[in-house]
Amino acid sequence: MTETVADTAAGLPAYPAPRAAGCPFDPPPVLRTLQTEKPVSRVRIWDGTQPWLITRHEDVRALLNDPRVSADSTREGYPHRSAAMQGSDPAAQTFLTMDDPEHARLRRMVTAPFAIKKVEALRPSVQQIVDDLIDTMLAGPKPVDLVEQFALPVPSLVICELLGVPYEKHDFFQRHTKVIVRRTSTPEEVAAANKALTDYLDELLADKLAHPAGDMLSALATERVATGEMTRHEAARMGTLLLGAGHETTANMIALGTLALLRNPGQLALLRETDDPKAVAGAVEELLRYLNITHSGRRRVALADIEIGGETIRAGEGIIFANDIANRDPDAFPDPDRLDLTRPARRHVAFGYGVHQCLGQPLARVELQVVYSTLYRRIPTLRLATDFDEVRFKHDGIVYGVYELPVTW
Amino acid sequence: MRVEADQPKCVASGQCVLAAPDVFDQDDDGIVVVLDDHPEESTHDDVREAAAICPAAAIRLADK
Repeated sequence: MTETVADTAAGLPAYPAPRAAGCPFDPPPVLRTLQTEKPVSRVRIWDGTQPWLITRHEDVRALLNDPRVSADSTREGYPHRSAAMQGSDPAAQTFLTMDDPEHARLRRMVTAPFAIKKVEALRPSVQQIVDDLIDTMLAGPKPVDLVEQFALPVPSLVICELLGVPYEKHDFFQRHTKVIVRRTSTPEEVAAANKALTDYLDELLADKLAHPAGDMLSALATERVATGEMTRHEAARMGTLLLGAGHETTANMIALGTLALLRNPGQLALLRETDDPKAVAGAVEELLRYLNITHSGRRRVALADIEIGGETIRAGEGIIFANDIANRDPDAFPDPDRLDLTRPARRHVAFGYGVHQCLGQPLARVELQVVYSTLYRRIPTLRLATDFDEVRFKHDGIVYGVYELPVTW
Repeated sequence: MRVEADQPKCVASGQCVLAAPDVFDQDDDGIVVVLDDHPEESTHDDVREAAAICPAAAIRLADK
């Protein structure tokens, strides 16, 4: 990505901005400059509009929890990620882009399975899934693509079990999810992928209604759809969201996290050698902070005039939260560009902040804790099977990661 | 220290339970429940951390 004359003429940085060559784990350098010099600044996005970019940790937390800031993507001034997002059918909206009370009504229908104790009860089956996949890798030929053989299957198997989606359908839902999270997908491609997934979930819900089992889709069907609290279409949209968010994000954290650890062998050794669940949990928080895979910014729109960082954001103006650089704010995390698995990192905003903070975070934490505490112990000689420079990063993804990760041992 | 939780504001992120499990729990829907509204001093750092990381700012702390 090169800056055009128009960018320079407007005097505003383009967002999203490119990362520096050779620094795939660090946010784009222009974000650091903004955070230092103009932490609340206008930027230019794909459609030529000029929303505000928030780059300091403290400001991100303050505004994401401010009732004068709306997540409703149908409002005028909302800074869409792409033409595909802008053009999406309002009927395809989920509670991610709604405000309370509608957001709270829908979110509370799906919070129960993500309570800490319920997710903790899944830990043995997550461990079993991880162990089985490692057994299969060790028994097969090498090198392997860690994304295909491990990083994608772990969260896909877990979310399928939780929701009650047959894992045999993983090629189908992984393929369509890839289209949805690719920033360069056309509006038609995204709409078609969303429709294919929603239609499938709709059929599945009909089936669960007739033959309920002990899974989350059955609970939605019998306790929410059958009672009229939710339409089947709303439940299908919810299922699509949970299925996509449940596998794509964690898969990227597993693969990108492994690559970051292979590049920081001292840190990898800490994980390989510890027996302490608290140390592992802390390491997961630090990897979430350091990698911040949701690198395309949280999007909002101001409902009233807001004074922040010496600027006035006017009602109706778009706001983007650059949580990747907020997680590298030296005022919140000393020596922020260093990966330090022993630092207290829990105040990171990798899962967002405010009422929209990630619903599935307890599950993501358990999955990542099991993966990071198992993979490198069971395969202590794990190493990259290609040149680091050859690894393809998801610069064009709404969620960051690597397309493939060839490894051997 | 007195601990109060605003249940209508809670978004069930579970962060408080992870930070201070002796003081916070969740009901069947994942909504915050305060187990001990006058927790022992040894837990105060964890309780402050829980209040700080609550994404909905639903935890209020008072001096007594």
